[in-house]
Formats: sequence, C-alpha cells, structure tokens
Amino acid sequence: MALLQIAEPGMSTEPHKHRLAVGIDLGTTNSLVASVRNGIAVCLPDESGRTMLPSVVRYHVDGSTETGLGALKAQATDPRNTIVSAKRFMGRGLKDVAHVEAMPYDFEDGPGMVRLRTVQGVKSPVEVSAEILRVLRVRAEASLGGRLVGVVITVPAYFDDAQRQATKDAARLAGLDVLRLLNEPTAAAVAYGLDNAAEGVYAVYDLGGGTFDLSILKLSRGVFEVLSTNGDAALGGDDFDHRLFCSILERADIDPPSLEDARRLQMKAREVKELLTSCEEAPIHLRLGSGELVDVVVTRNEFADMTRHLVQKTLTPVRKALRDAGLTPEEIKGVVMVGGATRMPQIQRAVAAFFGQEPLTNLDPDKVVALGAAMQANVLAGNRAEQDDWLLLDVIPLSLGLETMGGLVEKVVPRNSTLPIARAQEFTTFKDGQTAMAFHVVQGERELVADCRSLARFELRGIPPMVAGAARIRVTFQVDADGLLSVSAREMSSGVEASVLVKPSYGLSDDEIAEMLKSGVEHAGDDMVLRALREQQVEAERVIEAAEQALAKDGHLLDADERAGIDAAVARLRELRAGSDHRAIKSGIDAFARATDEFAARRMDNSIRSALAGHKVDELEL
Amino acid sequence: MSVTLSESAARHVSNFIAKRGKGFGIRLGVKTSGCSGMAYKLEFVDDTHDEDLVFDSHGVKVVVDPKSLVYLEGTELDFVKEGLNEGFKFNNPNVKDQCGCGESFNV
Ligand SMILES: Nc1ncnc2c1ncn2[C@@H]1O[C@H](COP(=O)(O)OP(=O)(O)O)[C@@H](O)[C@H]1O
Ligand SMILES: [Mg+2]
Repeated sequence: MALLQIAEPGMSTEPHKHRLAVGIDLGTTNSLVASVRNGIAVCLPDESGRTMLPSVVRYHVDGSTETGLGALKAQATDPRNTIVSAKRFMGRGLKDVAHVEAMPYDFEDGPGMVRLRTVQGVKSPVEVSAEILRVLRVRAEASLGGRLVGVVITVPAYFDDAQRQATKDAARLAGLDVLRLLNEPTAAAVAYGLDNAAEGVYAVYDLGGGTFDLSILKLSRGVFEVLSTNGDAALGGDDFDHRLFCSILERADIDPPSLEDARRLQMKAREVKELLTSCEEAPIHLRLGSGELVDVVVTRNEFADMTRHLVQKTLTPVRKALRDAGLTPEEIKGVVMVGGATRMPQIQRAVAAFFGQEPLTNLDPDKVVALGAAMQANVLAGNRAEQDDWLLLDVIPLSLGLETMGGLVEKVVPRNSTLPIARAQEFTTFKDGQTAMAFHVVQGERELVADCRSLARFELRGIPPMVAGAARIRVTFQVDADGLLSVSAREMSSGVEASVLVKPSYGLSDDEIAEMLKSGVEHAGDDMVLRALREQQVEAERVIEAAEQALAKDGHLLDADERAGIDAAVARLRELRAGSDHRAIKSGIDAFARATDEFAARRMDNSIRSALAGHKVDELEL
Repeated sequence: MSVTLSESAARHVSNFIAKRGKGFGIRLGVKTSGCSGMAYKLEFVDDTHDEDLVFDSHGVKVVVDPKSLVYLEGTELDFVKEGLNEGFKFNNPNVKDQCGCGESFNV
C-alpha cells in the first residue's frame, strides 16, 4: 500500500501516478540516492540506516554479486573480484587509467573501454556501475513505494562524452530512465543555492575519493550558470590514503607486504586519515599476515606535512578555473565544500587561505551532491509549481571541433559554452568535382588532432560536383543538456545531409548493451517480471490518458452508443491495469487500440479537413 | 465535525513545514478520480480560501474544504513506517472499500 507524501499546493498527483524521481550521486568511492519527500530533499537510507553505499561490487564464484559495505570488507581477501572505484574506468581505455600497475585487477583492454576479468567472467565498468545503480534503484523503490519515473545522475564536470555515455549506459542497464546527467558541482550549488537563496559568484571545491573538481558558478535569481570548470580526474582522498600508507611502511620498516597485507594497511590508512579529522593523533597497531607488527602513531600535523603537496596540487585547477572565468579569488562570494575529503582540516585551512574566507560547510559534504540532484529530478519530473520553476545552465568542459587539413583542429564549440548549445560553421570542398567529404569530430583543447580525443567520424556523400571551394557545407554541432553531442553536415545548394549522434569511441555498442541486458535477465528473472508489469501498467495509463484527452477534444465525433463503447473499453483497461498480469494488460491494450481505431480514424479525417479548410484547391495540386 | 492528526503525524508535519521554510498548515482533501472513485489529497497550505475550514490538531493547522469534509469527517491522519517506506495514511471511518493502494476509495 502506498503511503502518502505531502505535495506542494495544487500539485497532488492522481492515484498511482506519483512522479517518483530521485537524484543519484554515483561516486567513485561512495554513492547515494536522494529524493524530495514532503517538500524536502533527503538521502534515502538502507535497512541499517546507512545513506552511503560504498561504490564496491564483489563478484562471487556462485554467480551472486554483493554491493556496498559487505563487498568493501572483502577487498583485502578477494581483491581481484572486488571492484572498487569502477568510476575511474568508465569510458576509458587501459592507457588512460592511471596507476594500473598498482591495481589488483586482471584487466583486459577491450575495443574501447577497459574490462575486468572476474570469477564471473569479463565485466565492463558499465556493468559494475549498473550494479551499484540497481541497488540504489531497489532501495529507492522500496522507500518511495513505487516505480521511479526517472533519475538525475551526477557526473564529474570533467567527464567527457565517452564517460557521460558510459554513465547513461549503466543507468539503462540498471533499469533507470535518466532525466538528465548533472555536473556534480552544479548539483552541490543547487543544494546550497536553493536552501540559502544565495546570489553571487561561488566556487565549488569538490574533493572526493578519486576526483577533484573545481567549478565557478554564478547564481542569480534562481539561475545557475557555470562560468568555468577545472579539476584533476586523478586526485582525491585515496591519494591521501596512499601517502599515509607509504609513510606507515617507511616508519614500520617492514618488507614489501603481500597483496593482502597491502590492502589491509591501505584500509587502515583510510581509517587513520578519517580519524585525524577529529583527533590530534591516531595509533596504528596491526599484525600482518607475515607475522610482522606495525606499531606507529601518526599525528595530525605529521599527516598535514606529508600531504602538503597533495593539498597544493588542488590549487592549480582552482587558479586555472578562476583565470578562465576572468576572476580573482576576492571576487568569489563563497566557497562550497563538497566530498568527504574536504573534511580534512588541512584542506579547509588551505582553501580558507587561498580565498581569504572560511568555506561553507553547513551542508553535509557527502550528501550535498545527491540532495541537489534530487531537487533537480523533482523539477524535471514535474512536481513543482510553475512559478517556482528554475532554470539550470551548465557548460561543456572541453572544446569540440573538427579535423581539418594537416591534422589540425578547428574548434566549433569552445569549452565553457553554456548548455544546451548549437553552433554551426561552414566548410568547403578542396578538390574540383569532390562529391564526398569526411568529418572527424574531436574533443579537447590542443591544436593537433593527435593530441585530442577522437569522438566520431562520418561522411557526407552526394555533394554535386563543383569547382573546389564552391560547395558550402554547413556543419552543426548540437550538445544537449546532458552534454551529449550530435553533429550534422548539410551541403547548402543541394540540401544533401549526413549526421552522427556521437557514439564515443569508448562507449559500448548497442549489441554489447543488449547482451548485458540479456545476461541481466538471466540473473534477475523476478525483477524482469515486475518490470514488465510496470511497463505495461504505465503503457495502459498512457493509452487511457490519451484516449481521455481525445474524448475531451473530439468527443462530438461519436454518437451516444459509440461513446458508451469507448467508455466501457476505458473502464475495462483500467480494471486490467490494476491487476498483476502483464500479459493480460498487454492484450488489453491491444484490444483497446482496436476498440478505438474507428474513432482515431475519424479524428484524423476531421483534423485533415480542418487543416485543408484554409487552402485553395489549386494550392494542393503539387 | 473534525479531522485530526495523530501525534506522530503532527510531529512530522510541523517538522516538514519548518524545513520547507514556509506554510500555514496542511490541507486534507478528496477529489474524484482513480481506480475506485475518490482519491485523497495531501498538500502544504500557503493560502487558505474563504470557504475553508481550519482545525487545530496538536498545534498544526489542518485545512479542509467543505465538500471534502463530507467524505473526511472523523478522519485521523497518521504517519507510519512500512519497511523502508514511510509516509501518511488516512484512517477514514467513511470508507466502504479501498482500492488496495491506499490512495483512492469509495464511500
Ligand atoms: N572524516 C573524514 N576525514 C577525512 N576524509 C574523509 C572523512 N570522511 C570521508 N572521507 C574521505 O572522503 C572520500 C570519499 O569522499 P566521497 O565524497 O564519498 O567520494 P566520491 O565522490 O569519490 O565518491 C574518501 O577518501 C574518504 O576517506
Ligand atoms: Mg562525489
């Protein structure tokens, strides 16, 4: 039975039509799901009351999977099958991943994205992420008491097209409809901006487990505009753990540890790091598998000293982002802290010193991204009244362009352009009688194609033969609100056209996704039945709604008998929809379509007739 | 004639209104629609209408329009937890049969 939530005035939904939407912070280290309930964004906890789900998936020999804390605990004992930080591999080839040699995985450099060999076979990072998303979806559906209409998932501002697409693929595998991908810092600003109604230019400093992002945002009258973004995709709290780990090894003066001991020490290092946020010193007392004893004490000051270079390293992207936005630190009105690692006192001190002010920490830095995503999801799902609708503007993190003669890049959409955006540029042929032209779409700031990331290639054919330089080929780049790109080319005199929806070279092919979906089915038969039922229920709802709208508009086209027939069909389908047999609902929908066929045909005739009423007959003879 | 909140419902409502930052109280209502006739409505109240009736329950203003009151007379709104899910539930003595969904009913 559904429990009710309080809606905004006038925004109550019809029964069974709650537009349940959530925001998900799919983090490198931890993931969270949040939703707006009773007017307030809250993170949804699991059965034990924990909101944070460690982003760890363990594949067991028996074919089962374990996600979250349980999997995290197995990290030391079963490192090869326990995938942590899969987000680092999303949309990435082996050569793009830093420190592979230090990772315990059995990598396979697939065509495009790197994959991991586990006891359950080869897994792509997309599948690992999908598993995390699936657990959060199940949690959310249990908490909200119904099916989700959609989700906003956050991604680091620096994620390129391939990584964004990989995230969307993971959502699809997890059975989620993505309303929108949102940059993490933007989500944090949403959470702060709305709660505090702040105006001015803000910096969002996000130091998570594995990534660092800095964004400069302008907030005014509810409009969020990202002025610039910068960051380091390979810098986070993990690096602080690693530094501490190395220091412990040096001090304890022990032999290079076994894989398992190394894991245990690394986990210990993380604990100690977190402890030093609230304590002046932390003791480490650990008996290794080798029999050696690690017995050292680390103080807060020592830890701050040994990680000074890491703290400083975060300031370089801060300077760059400010420069891109044409601002000085003094012009920043406030600094929003995001990510668990910003709890470290040395970080807060460094940020305060750089900006000359204390950073904002009144929202929980672990939750703030998920909360902002939930607020955005709530708006996109249509749960807020018109008058307090707000707009969200994002920017693209990297420039987009085309390869031109000599391997050079012609930038079409400069970085930091506001999304969504469409930009067109004209090109021409360079040979007499040239009838085809190849386009190579690239992403990046460098001048040479070789230094940029290749996104897609396509060809425009059927250009009428002309002398070189006479054809006018207009290439349009379009980037949607998720930061995903489509490119089209059109020869202006003949109108021939070609286009690509950019399938990033590191993305998964549709076949691969279909294959993954299929193997998902094998593991989750019940899930599929439930899903099928929900899909049919939603479809039935849609069909009924459409019929009702049609009746309201064109009901006069029916006589009383016909009208009664359709009303009865609506009632019948309603009844089926409330049941739990998805096949029955499906055949009900088909029957309903047949019952309303004639009405639909009549409406069509009618609207054609009224469309033609304004034209003279000779106009119509083409 | 009255509509009330359980103590737990009242506590949650005041908490939600405080966090929302504005609101006069809570509106309980019914509207026609749904799979078995009538559906409940539960909303924050920013403005009341002339014909609205306002009750006070555990310090929370409960607003009901007169038409809805016919169907809600004697109702107590409760706040319950069922597993991970939590939310409000209408305990309505006028209800003959429910849709099973808890959101719509017949009188
Ligand atoms: N109290 C704390 N002190 C220092 N670091 C912390 C604390 N709590 C969490 N962290 C660190 O925050 C990082 C995780 O941050 P989170 O925002 O969850 O990351 P991500 O966005 O990468 O998922 C980890 O490195 C974790 O050790
Ligand atoms: Mg994060």
